[in-house]
Amino acid sequence: MEIFEIVTYFILLGLISTAIRVVTTSNVIHAAISLVFTLALTAILFLILSSEFVALVLVLVYIGAVIVLFLFGIMITRAPLGKNAELDNDKNKKLGAAIAGSIFLLFSYILINGFDGEVTIASGSSTELLGEILLTRFIFPFELVSFVLLAALIGGITLARKDEALIDKDQV
Amino acid sequence: MTEVLIKVGFLAAVALNGAIIFTIMDVKGASWMQRRPGPLHVGLRGFIFPLAEILKFVQKEDIIPTEVDRPVFKWAPAYVMVSCVALFAVVPMSPTLVVADLELGVFFALAISSLGTIGVLTAGWSSANKYSLMGGLRAAGQLIAYELPLILAVVGVVIQAETMSLVGIVEKQIEWGVPFVVGGQIIGFLIFMVAATAEMMRVPFDMPIGESELTMGFMTEYSGIRFLIFYISEYMNMFILCAVASTLFLGGYHVPLLPTEWVNFYGPVVLLTKTAILGFILVAIRWSQPRFREDQLQNLAWKILIPASLVNILVTAVMKVGF
Repeated sequence: MEIFEIVTYFILLGLISTAIRVVTTSNVIHAAISLVFTLALTAILFLILSSEFVALVLVLVYIGAVIVLFLFGIMITRAPLGKNAELDNDKNKKLGAAIAGSIFLLFSYILINGFDGEVTIASGSSTELLGEILLTRFIFPFELVSFVLLAALIGGITLARKDEALIDKDQV
Repeated sequence: MTEVLIKVGFLAAVALNGAIIFTIMDVKGASWMQRRPGPLHVGLRGFIFPLAEILKFVQKEDIIPTEVDRPVFKWAPAYVMVSCVALFAVVPMSPTLVVADLELGVFFALAISSLGTIGVLTAGWSSANKYSLMGGLRAAGQLIAYELPLILAVVGVVIQAETMSLVGIVEKQIEWGVPFVVGGQIIGFLIFMVAATAEMMRVPFDMPIGESELTMGFMTEYSGIRFLIFYISEYMNMFILCAVASTLFLGGYHVPLLPTEWVNFYGPVVLLTKTAILGFILVAIRWSQPRFREDQLQNLAWKILIPASLVNILVTAVMKVGF
Protein backbone atom coordinates (compact mmCIF):
# COMPACT_ATOMS: atom_id res chain seq x y z
CA MET A 1 0.00 0.00 0.00
CA GLU A 2 2.85 2.34 0.81
CA ILE A 3 4.44 2.30 -2.64
CA PHE A 4 0.98 2.78 -4.10
CA GLU A 5 0.57 6.01 -2.17
CA ILE A 6 3.96 7.29 -3.29
CA VAL A 7 3.01 6.64 -6.92
CA THR A 8 -0.29 8.44 -6.39
CA TYR A 9 1.48 11.48 -4.98
CA PHE A 10 3.83 11.55 -7.96
CA ILE A 11 0.84 11.44 -10.30
CA LEU A 12 -0.82 14.28 -8.39
CA LEU A 13 2.38 16.31 -8.59
CA GLY A 14 2.56 15.72 -12.34
CA LEU A 15 -1.11 16.57 -12.66
CA ILE A 16 -0.66 19.93 -10.93
CA SER A 17 2.46 20.84 -12.91
CA THR A 18 0.90 19.99 -16.30
CA ALA A 19 -2.31 21.79 -15.35
CA ILE A 20 -0.35 24.92 -14.44
CA ARG A 21 1.55 24.66 -17.70
CA VAL A 22 -1.75 24.65 -19.64
CA VAL A 23 -2.51 28.18 -18.46
CA THR A 24 1.00 29.65 -18.20
CA THR A 25 2.52 28.65 -21.55
CA SER A 26 2.34 31.23 -24.31
CA ASN A 27 2.17 28.65 -27.11
CA VAL A 28 -1.32 27.51 -27.90
CA ILE A 29 -0.33 24.02 -29.12
CA HIS A 30 1.89 23.44 -26.08
CA ALA A 31 -1.12 24.32 -23.94
CA ALA A 32 -3.25 21.75 -25.79
CA ILE A 33 -0.59 19.05 -25.41
CA SER A 34 -0.23 19.82 -21.70
CA LEU A 35 -3.99 19.42 -21.47
CA VAL A 36 -3.61 15.96 -23.03
CA PHE A 37 -1.19 15.00 -20.27
CA THR A 38 -3.41 16.53 -17.58
CA LEU A 39 -6.36 14.48 -18.80
CA ALA A 40 -4.26 11.32 -19.16
CA LEU A 41 -3.02 11.65 -15.57
CA THR A 42 -6.60 12.25 -14.40
CA ALA A 43 -7.61 9.07 -16.21
CA ILE A 44 -4.83 7.18 -14.42
CA LEU A 45 -6.13 8.54 -11.10
CA PHE A 46 -9.58 7.21 -11.95
CA LEU A 47 -8.02 3.83 -12.84
CA ILE A 48 -6.31 3.75 -9.44
CA LEU A 49 -9.72 4.37 -7.86
CA SER A 50 -10.94 1.43 -10.03
CA SER A 51 -13.40 3.51 -12.04
CA GLU A 52 -12.39 2.03 -15.39
CA PHE A 53 -15.35 3.40 -17.24
CA VAL A 54 -14.80 7.04 -16.26
CA ALA A 55 -11.10 6.72 -17.08
CA LEU A 56 -11.80 5.34 -20.56
CA VAL A 57 -14.48 7.95 -21.22
CA LEU A 58 -11.93 10.63 -20.35
CA VAL A 59 -9.49 9.16 -22.87
CA LEU A 60 -12.06 8.52 -25.62
CA VAL A 61 -14.08 11.72 -25.38
CA TYR A 62 -11.67 14.32 -24.06
CA ILE A 63 -8.30 13.24 -25.46
CA GLY A 64 -9.59 11.46 -28.55
CA ALA A 65 -12.28 13.91 -29.61
CA VAL A 66 -12.23 17.24 -27.79
CA ILE A 67 -8.47 17.87 -27.83
CA VAL A 68 -8.16 16.61 -31.39
CA LEU A 69 -10.89 19.07 -32.40
CA PHE A 70 -9.05 21.82 -30.48
CA LEU A 71 -5.85 21.09 -32.37
CA PHE A 72 -7.74 20.77 -35.64
CA GLY A 73 -9.48 24.10 -35.06
CA ILE A 74 -6.24 25.88 -34.17
CA MET A 75 -4.44 24.53 -37.21
CA ILE A 76 -7.23 25.12 -39.69
CA THR A 77 -7.60 28.81 -38.70
CA ARG A 78 -4.04 29.91 -37.97
CA ALA A 79 -1.09 27.89 -36.87
CA PRO A 80 1.68 30.16 -35.61
CA LEU A 81 4.88 28.40 -34.60
CA GLY A 82 6.53 29.79 -31.50
CA LYS A 83 5.14 32.17 -28.91
CA ASN A 84 1.81 33.89 -29.26
CA ALA A 85 1.77 37.23 -27.43
CA GLU A 86 -2.02 37.44 -27.35
CA LEU A 87 -2.19 34.50 -24.98
CA ASP A 88 -0.58 36.47 -22.14
CA ASN A 89 -3.40 38.49 -20.68
CA ASP A 90 -2.32 40.38 -17.58
CA LYS A 91 -5.57 42.20 -17.02
CA ASN A 92 -7.64 39.45 -15.45
CA LYS A 93 -4.98 37.54 -13.55
CA LYS A 94 -6.24 38.56 -10.09
CA LEU A 95 -9.86 37.80 -10.94
CA GLY A 96 -8.87 34.41 -12.36
CA ALA A 97 -6.83 33.55 -9.26
CA ALA A 98 -9.74 34.55 -7.02
CA ILE A 99 -12.23 32.41 -8.96
CA ALA A 100 -9.88 29.42 -9.12
CA GLY A 101 -9.13 29.69 -5.40
CA SER A 102 -12.81 29.88 -4.44
CA ILE A 103 -13.70 26.91 -6.67
CA PHE A 104 -10.86 24.94 -5.09
CA LEU A 105 -12.07 25.79 -1.58
CA LEU A 106 -15.68 24.96 -2.42
CA PHE A 107 -14.76 21.60 -3.98
CA SER A 108 -12.43 20.66 -1.12
CA TYR A 109 -15.13 21.53 1.40
CA ILE A 110 -17.75 19.45 -0.41
CA LEU A 111 -15.46 16.47 -0.98
CA ILE A 112 -14.03 16.39 2.54
CA ASN A 113 -17.43 16.85 4.16
CA GLY A 114 -19.26 14.50 1.82
CA PHE A 115 -16.87 11.57 2.26
CA ASP A 116 -15.58 12.39 5.78
CA GLY A 117 -12.05 12.55 4.40
CA GLU A 118 -12.11 8.87 3.46
CA VAL A 119 -10.96 7.55 0.08
CA THR A 120 -13.45 4.96 -1.14
CA ILE A 121 -12.24 2.53 -3.77
CA ALA A 122 -15.06 0.60 -5.39
CA SER A 123 -14.52 -3.15 -5.22
CA GLY A 124 -14.56 -4.68 -8.67
CA SER A 125 -15.92 -3.04 -11.75
CA SER A 126 -19.04 -0.93 -11.53
CA THR A 127 -19.70 -0.50 -15.23
CA GLU A 128 -22.64 -2.87 -15.39
CA LEU A 129 -24.24 -1.16 -12.39
CA LEU A 130 -23.64 2.23 -13.99
CA GLY A 131 -25.39 1.17 -17.19
CA GLU A 132 -28.34 -0.28 -15.28
CA ILE A 133 -28.81 2.80 -13.10
CA LEU A 134 -28.47 5.10 -16.11
CA LEU A 135 -31.20 3.28 -18.01
CA THR A 136 -33.63 2.73 -15.13
CA ARG A 137 -33.51 5.31 -12.35
CA PHE A 138 -31.94 8.14 -14.33
CA ILE A 139 -33.61 7.43 -17.67
CA PHE A 140 -35.41 10.80 -17.76
CA PRO A 141 -32.32 13.01 -17.24
CA PHE A 142 -30.43 10.73 -19.64
CA GLU A 143 -33.00 11.23 -22.40
CA LEU A 144 -33.20 14.93 -21.60
CA VAL A 145 -29.43 15.34 -22.00
CA SER A 146 -29.46 13.53 -25.33
CA PHE A 147 -32.32 15.77 -26.48
CA VAL A 148 -30.37 18.89 -25.49
CA LEU A 149 -27.33 17.56 -27.34
CA LEU A 150 -29.42 16.93 -30.45
CA ALA A 151 -30.81 20.47 -30.26
CA ALA A 152 -27.28 21.87 -29.91
CA LEU A 153 -26.17 19.82 -32.91
CA ILE A 154 -28.99 21.06 -35.11
CA GLY A 155 -28.41 24.62 -33.87
CA GLY A 156 -24.74 24.38 -34.76
CA ILE A 157 -25.51 23.15 -38.26
CA THR A 158 -28.09 25.90 -38.80
CA LEU A 159 -25.62 28.59 -37.70
CA ALA A 160 -22.76 27.24 -39.79
CA ARG A 161 -24.78 26.65 -42.92
CA LYS A 162 -24.77 29.36 -45.59
CA ASP A 163 -28.08 31.05 -46.31
CA GLU A 164 -28.01 30.24 -50.02
CA ALA A 165 -28.15 26.58 -49.17
CA LEU A 166 -31.56 27.06 -47.55
CA ILE A 167 -33.08 28.69 -50.65
CA ASP A 168 -34.48 26.34 -53.21
CA LYS A 169 -32.66 26.58 -56.52
CA ASP A 170 -35.92 26.77 -58.46
CA GLN A 171 -36.94 29.94 -56.67
CA VAL A 172 -33.79 31.88 -57.55
CA MET B 1 4.23 -10.96 -12.20
CA THR B 2 6.60 -13.00 -14.37
CA GLU B 3 3.60 -14.39 -16.25
CA VAL B 4 2.47 -10.87 -17.15
CA LEU B 5 6.00 -9.93 -18.24
CA ILE B 6 6.26 -13.01 -20.46
CA LYS B 7 2.91 -12.21 -22.05
CA VAL B 8 3.87 -8.58 -22.65
CA GLY B 9 7.18 -9.62 -24.17
CA PHE B 10 5.59 -12.26 -26.38
CA LEU B 11 2.87 -9.94 -27.65
CA ALA B 12 5.30 -7.07 -28.28
CA ALA B 13 7.38 -9.52 -30.32
CA VAL B 14 4.29 -10.68 -32.20
CA ALA B 15 3.19 -7.11 -32.94
CA LEU B 16 6.63 -6.05 -34.21
CA ASN B 17 7.12 -9.20 -36.26
CA GLY B 18 3.59 -8.86 -37.57
CA ALA B 19 4.47 -5.37 -38.77
CA ILE B 20 7.61 -6.69 -40.49
CA ILE B 21 5.74 -9.59 -42.10
CA PHE B 22 3.07 -7.19 -43.36
CA THR B 23 5.82 -4.99 -44.83
CA ILE B 24 7.17 -7.98 -46.75
CA MET B 25 3.64 -8.93 -47.81
CA ASP B 26 2.96 -5.41 -49.04
CA VAL B 27 6.13 -5.13 -51.10
CA LYS B 28 6.04 -8.67 -52.46
CA GLY B 29 2.33 -8.29 -53.16
CA ALA B 30 3.06 -5.12 -55.11
CA SER B 31 5.69 -6.84 -57.20
CA TRP B 32 3.38 -9.81 -57.82
CA MET B 33 0.36 -7.69 -58.73
CA GLN B 34 2.25 -5.23 -60.90
CA ARG B 35 4.56 -7.79 -62.52
CA ARG B 36 7.78 -6.20 -61.41
CA PRO B 37 10.76 -7.79 -59.67
CA GLY B 38 10.46 -6.09 -56.28
CA PRO B 39 13.18 -6.69 -53.68
CA LEU B 40 15.33 -9.60 -54.85
CA HIS B 41 18.85 -9.29 -53.58
CA VAL B 42 18.79 -9.15 -49.77
CA GLY B 43 18.66 -12.59 -48.22
CA LEU B 44 16.27 -15.27 -49.38
CA ARG B 45 15.05 -13.81 -52.67
CA GLY B 46 14.61 -10.47 -50.91
CA PHE B 47 12.43 -11.85 -48.14
CA ILE B 48 14.50 -10.41 -45.29
CA PHE B 49 14.93 -6.94 -46.78
CA PRO B 50 12.98 -5.22 -43.90
CA LEU B 51 15.84 -6.13 -41.55
CA ALA B 52 18.29 -4.31 -43.82
CA GLU B 53 15.80 -1.44 -44.01
CA ILE B 54 15.59 -1.17 -40.21
CA LEU B 55 19.40 -1.23 -39.89
CA LYS B 56 19.62 1.50 -42.52
CA PHE B 57 17.13 3.78 -40.76
CA VAL B 58 18.75 3.25 -37.38
CA GLN B 59 22.18 4.36 -38.61
CA LYS B 60 20.85 7.37 -40.52
CA GLU B 61 21.19 10.84 -39.03
CA ASP B 62 18.06 11.99 -37.23
CA ILE B 63 17.74 15.44 -38.79
CA ILE B 64 15.75 18.05 -36.87
CA PRO B 65 15.22 21.21 -38.96
CA THR B 66 16.00 24.51 -37.22
CA GLU B 67 12.54 26.07 -37.51
CA VAL B 68 10.58 23.19 -35.98
CA ASP B 69 9.02 23.20 -32.53
CA ARG B 70 11.58 20.80 -31.05
CA PRO B 71 9.80 19.03 -28.16
CA VAL B 72 6.55 18.63 -30.08
CA PHE B 73 8.38 17.45 -33.21
CA LYS B 74 10.49 14.96 -31.27
CA TRP B 75 7.64 13.39 -29.31
CA ALA B 76 5.02 13.17 -32.05
CA PRO B 77 6.02 9.61 -33.19
CA ALA B 78 5.66 8.40 -29.59
CA TYR B 79 1.88 8.95 -29.49
CA VAL B 80 1.41 6.91 -32.67
CA MET B 81 3.60 4.08 -31.34
CA VAL B 82 1.89 4.01 -27.94
CA SER B 83 -1.58 3.87 -29.45
CA CYS B 84 -0.57 0.96 -31.71
CA VAL B 85 1.14 -1.20 -29.11
CA ALA B 86 -1.40 -0.57 -26.35
CA LEU B 87 -4.18 -1.61 -28.72
CA PHE B 88 -2.68 -5.08 -29.02
CA ALA B 89 -2.87 -5.61 -25.26
CA VAL B 90 -6.54 -6.62 -25.41
CA VAL B 91 -6.41 -8.84 -28.52
CA PRO B 92 -6.59 -12.48 -27.40
CA MET B 93 -4.36 -14.98 -29.26
CA SER B 94 -6.00 -17.78 -27.24
CA PRO B 95 -8.23 -17.76 -24.12
CA THR B 96 -5.17 -17.43 -21.89
CA LEU B 97 -2.64 -15.74 -24.18
CA VAL B 98 -3.82 -12.16 -23.76
CA VAL B 99 -2.06 -9.37 -21.87
CA ALA B 100 -5.23 -8.08 -20.23
CA ASP B 101 -8.72 -9.49 -20.72
CA LEU B 102 -10.46 -6.27 -19.70
CA GLU B 103 -14.16 -6.24 -19.04
CA LEU B 104 -14.29 -3.10 -21.18
CA GLY B 105 -11.87 -4.43 -23.81
CA VAL B 106 -13.65 -3.06 -26.88
CA PHE B 107 -14.07 0.31 -25.24
CA PHE B 108 -10.39 0.37 -24.26
CA ALA B 109 -9.33 -0.48 -27.82
CA LEU B 110 -11.41 2.34 -29.30
CA ALA B 111 -10.24 4.85 -26.68
CA ILE B 112 -6.56 4.02 -27.16
CA SER B 113 -6.70 3.97 -30.95
CA SER B 114 -7.92 7.58 -30.93
CA LEU B 115 -4.61 8.65 -29.35
CA GLY B 116 -2.71 8.25 -32.61
CA THR B 117 -4.53 11.19 -34.16
CA ILE B 118 -2.78 13.57 -31.76
CA GLY B 119 0.61 12.27 -32.88
CA VAL B 120 -0.22 12.76 -36.56
CA LEU B 121 -1.65 16.25 -36.00
CA THR B 122 1.26 17.49 -33.87
CA ALA B 123 3.77 15.98 -36.29
CA GLY B 124 2.19 17.88 -39.15
CA TRP B 125 2.02 21.15 -37.25
CA SER B 126 5.45 21.16 -35.62
CA SER B 127 7.36 20.45 -38.85
CA ALA B 128 7.07 24.11 -39.98
CA ASN B 129 6.33 22.96 -43.50
CA LYS B 130 3.16 23.57 -45.44
CA TYR B 131 3.08 20.10 -46.95
CA SER B 132 3.31 18.64 -43.47
CA LEU B 133 0.57 20.92 -42.17
CA MET B 134 -1.73 20.02 -45.06
CA GLY B 135 -0.98 16.33 -44.50
CA GLY B 136 -1.67 16.67 -40.78
CA LEU B 137 -4.97 18.46 -41.41
CA ARG B 138 -6.09 15.90 -43.97
CA ALA B 139 -5.12 13.08 -41.63
CA ALA B 140 -7.00 14.61 -38.72
CA GLY B 141 -10.14 15.23 -40.78
CA GLN B 142 -10.00 11.67 -42.04
CA LEU B 143 -9.32 10.05 -38.68
CA ILE B 144 -12.10 12.03 -36.95
CA ALA B 145 -14.58 11.16 -39.71
CA TYR B 146 -13.80 7.43 -39.81
CA GLU B 147 -13.52 6.89 -36.08
CA LEU B 148 -17.31 7.22 -35.80
CA PRO B 149 -18.27 4.40 -38.22
CA LEU B 150 -15.50 2.27 -36.67
CA ILE B 151 -17.01 2.66 -33.20
CA LEU B 152 -20.60 2.34 -34.40
CA ALA B 153 -19.81 -0.83 -36.38
CA VAL B 154 -18.39 -2.43 -33.24
CA VAL B 155 -21.51 -1.51 -31.24
CA GLY B 156 -23.47 -4.06 -33.31
CA VAL B 157 -21.07 -6.82 -32.26
CA VAL B 158 -21.24 -5.71 -28.62
CA ILE B 159 -25.04 -5.86 -28.69
CA GLN B 160 -24.99 -9.31 -30.24
CA ALA B 161 -22.34 -10.67 -27.88
CA GLU B 162 -23.72 -8.92 -24.76
CA THR B 163 -20.15 -8.29 -23.58
CA MET B 164 -17.31 -5.87 -24.23
CA SER B 165 -14.51 -8.27 -23.34
CA LEU B 166 -12.74 -9.53 -26.47
CA VAL B 167 -12.31 -13.02 -25.03
CA GLY B 168 -16.02 -12.96 -24.18
CA ILE B 169 -16.89 -11.97 -27.74
CA VAL B 170 -14.86 -14.88 -29.15
CA GLU B 171 -16.40 -17.31 -26.64
CA LYS B 172 -19.85 -16.11 -27.70
CA GLN B 173 -18.99 -16.85 -31.33
CA ILE B 174 -17.81 -20.35 -30.37
CA GLU B 175 -21.10 -20.83 -28.50
CA TRP B 176 -23.05 -19.63 -31.54
CA GLY B 177 -21.21 -22.02 -33.80
CA VAL B 178 -20.61 -19.46 -36.52
CA PRO B 179 -18.59 -16.22 -36.52
CA PHE B 180 -20.54 -12.98 -36.29
CA VAL B 181 -19.76 -12.12 -39.91
CA VAL B 182 -22.02 -15.00 -40.94
CA GLY B 183 -24.39 -14.58 -38.02
CA GLY B 184 -25.76 -11.16 -38.94
CA GLN B 185 -22.90 -8.67 -38.78
CA ILE B 186 -21.81 -8.73 -42.43
CA ILE B 187 -22.65 -5.04 -42.92
CA GLY B 188 -20.91 -4.20 -39.67
CA PHE B 189 -17.83 -6.11 -40.86
CA LEU B 190 -17.72 -4.27 -44.19
CA ILE B 191 -18.14 -0.88 -42.49
CA PHE B 192 -15.43 -1.82 -39.98
CA MET B 193 -12.97 -2.84 -42.69
CA VAL B 194 -13.55 0.32 -44.78
CA ALA B 195 -13.21 2.54 -41.70
CA ALA B 196 -10.14 0.61 -40.53
CA THR B 197 -8.48 1.03 -43.93
CA ALA B 198 -9.10 4.77 -43.61
CA GLU B 199 -7.68 4.74 -40.07
CA MET B 200 -4.52 3.04 -41.38
CA MET B 201 -4.26 5.77 -44.05
CA ARG B 202 -3.69 3.22 -46.81
CA VAL B 203 -4.79 3.42 -50.42
CA PRO B 204 -7.54 4.32 -51.38
CA PHE B 205 -7.56 6.57 -48.30
CA ASP B 206 -3.96 7.77 -48.36
CA MET B 207 -4.47 11.48 -49.04
CA PRO B 208 -2.63 12.48 -45.83
CA ILE B 209 0.62 11.12 -47.24
CA GLY B 210 -0.32 11.35 -50.94
CA GLU B 211 3.21 11.44 -52.33
CA SER B 212 2.30 13.01 -55.68
CA GLU B 213 0.78 16.12 -54.06
CA LEU B 214 2.20 16.41 -50.54
CA THR B 215 5.70 14.84 -50.80
CA MET B 216 5.15 12.63 -47.74
CA GLY B 217 2.44 14.54 -45.84
CA PHE B 218 3.00 14.87 -42.11
CA MET B 219 6.15 12.71 -42.29
CA THR B 220 7.95 14.97 -44.79
CA GLU B 221 10.48 16.43 -42.33
CA TYR B 222 11.16 13.21 -40.46
CA SER B 223 14.23 11.09 -41.01
CA GLY B 224 16.19 8.31 -39.36
CA ILE B 225 14.68 6.50 -36.42
CA ARG B 226 11.69 8.83 -36.03
CA PHE B 227 10.66 8.17 -39.62
CA LEU B 228 11.14 4.46 -38.97
CA ILE B 229 8.73 4.69 -36.02
CA PHE B 230 6.05 6.25 -38.24
CA TYR B 231 6.73 3.71 -40.98
CA ILE B 232 6.62 0.67 -38.70
CA SER B 233 3.56 1.97 -36.84
CA GLU B 234 1.68 2.14 -40.11
CA TYR B 235 2.19 -1.58 -40.69
CA MET B 236 1.76 -2.38 -37.02
CA ASN B 237 -1.56 -0.54 -37.09
CA MET B 238 -2.55 -2.54 -40.16
CA PHE B 239 -1.62 -5.82 -38.47
CA ILE B 240 -3.38 -4.99 -35.21
CA LEU B 241 -6.57 -3.64 -36.78
CA CYS B 242 -6.76 -6.79 -38.93
CA ALA B 243 -6.32 -8.86 -35.77
CA VAL B 244 -9.07 -6.88 -34.03
CA ALA B 245 -11.37 -7.36 -37.03
CA SER B 246 -10.66 -11.12 -37.03
CA THR B 247 -11.43 -11.27 -33.31
CA LEU B 248 -14.63 -9.25 -33.46
CA PHE B 249 -16.14 -10.57 -36.66
CA LEU B 250 -14.34 -13.70 -37.86
CA GLY B 251 -14.35 -15.81 -34.73
CA GLY B 252 -10.91 -14.86 -33.41
CA TYR B 253 -8.74 -17.78 -32.33
CA HIS B 254 -11.29 -20.42 -33.22
CA VAL B 255 -12.75 -21.82 -36.43
CA PRO B 256 -15.95 -23.88 -36.49
CA LEU B 257 -15.58 -27.68 -36.23
CA LEU B 258 -12.17 -27.59 -34.52
CA PRO B 259 -12.27 -29.07 -31.00
CA THR B 260 -12.48 -26.28 -28.43
CA GLU B 261 -10.38 -28.13 -25.83
CA TRP B 262 -7.27 -27.73 -28.03
CA VAL B 263 -7.84 -24.02 -28.57
CA ASN B 264 -4.74 -23.00 -26.59
CA PHE B 265 -2.55 -24.86 -29.10
CA TYR B 266 -3.98 -23.85 -32.44
CA GLY B 267 -5.42 -20.47 -31.29
CA PRO B 268 -2.47 -18.21 -32.19
CA VAL B 269 -2.02 -19.94 -35.56
CA VAL B 270 -5.70 -19.54 -36.45
CA LEU B 271 -5.78 -15.88 -35.42
CA LEU B 272 -2.60 -15.06 -37.33
CA THR B 273 -3.88 -16.86 -40.44
CA LYS B 274 -7.11 -14.85 -40.38
CA THR B 275 -5.13 -11.66 -39.83
CA ALA B 276 -2.85 -12.47 -42.76
CA ILE B 277 -5.81 -13.16 -45.07
CA LEU B 278 -7.38 -9.80 -44.20
CA GLY B 279 -3.98 -8.16 -44.65
CA PHE B 280 -3.60 -9.73 -48.07
CA ILE B 281 -7.00 -8.32 -49.14
CA LEU B 282 -5.83 -4.87 -48.03
CA VAL B 283 -2.60 -5.29 -50.02
CA ALA B 284 -4.57 -6.32 -53.10
CA ILE B 285 -6.83 -3.26 -52.73
CA ARG B 286 -3.83 -0.99 -52.24
CA TRP B 287 -2.15 -2.02 -55.47
CA SER B 288 -5.27 -2.03 -57.65
CA GLN B 289 -7.23 1.07 -56.60
CA PRO B 290 -6.64 4.79 -57.20
CA ARG B 291 -6.79 7.39 -54.45
CA PHE B 292 -10.08 9.04 -53.43
CA ARG B 293 -10.60 12.77 -53.68
CA GLU B 294 -10.83 14.58 -50.34
CA ASP B 295 -14.53 15.50 -50.64
CA GLN B 296 -15.43 11.98 -51.81
CA LEU B 297 -13.72 10.63 -48.72
CA GLN B 298 -15.71 12.86 -46.39
CA ASN B 299 -18.96 12.09 -48.22
CA LEU B 300 -18.35 8.36 -47.91
CA ALA B 301 -17.84 8.64 -44.16
CA TRP B 302 -20.63 11.04 -43.22
CA LYS B 303 -23.32 10.21 -45.77
CA ILE B 304 -22.95 6.47 -46.28
CA LEU B 305 -20.98 4.73 -43.55
CA ILE B 306 -22.39 6.49 -40.48
CA PRO B 307 -26.08 6.15 -41.50
CA ALA B 308 -25.45 2.54 -42.54
CA SER B 309 -23.84 1.73 -39.20
CA LEU B 310 -26.71 3.41 -37.31
CA VAL B 311 -29.21 1.28 -39.25
CA ASN B 312 -27.05 -1.75 -38.46
CA ILE B 313 -27.23 -0.96 -34.73
CA LEU B 314 -31.00 -0.49 -34.96
CA VAL B 315 -31.56 -3.78 -36.79
CA THR B 316 -29.23 -5.68 -34.44
CA ALA B 317 -30.97 -4.25 -31.38
CA VAL B 318 -34.43 -5.09 -32.75
CA MET B 319 -33.32 -8.64 -33.58
CA LYS B 320 -31.77 -9.01 -30.14
CA VAL B 321 -34.90 -7.90 -28.31
CA GLY B 322 -37.38 -9.50 -30.70
CA PHE B 323 -35.91 -12.99 -31.06
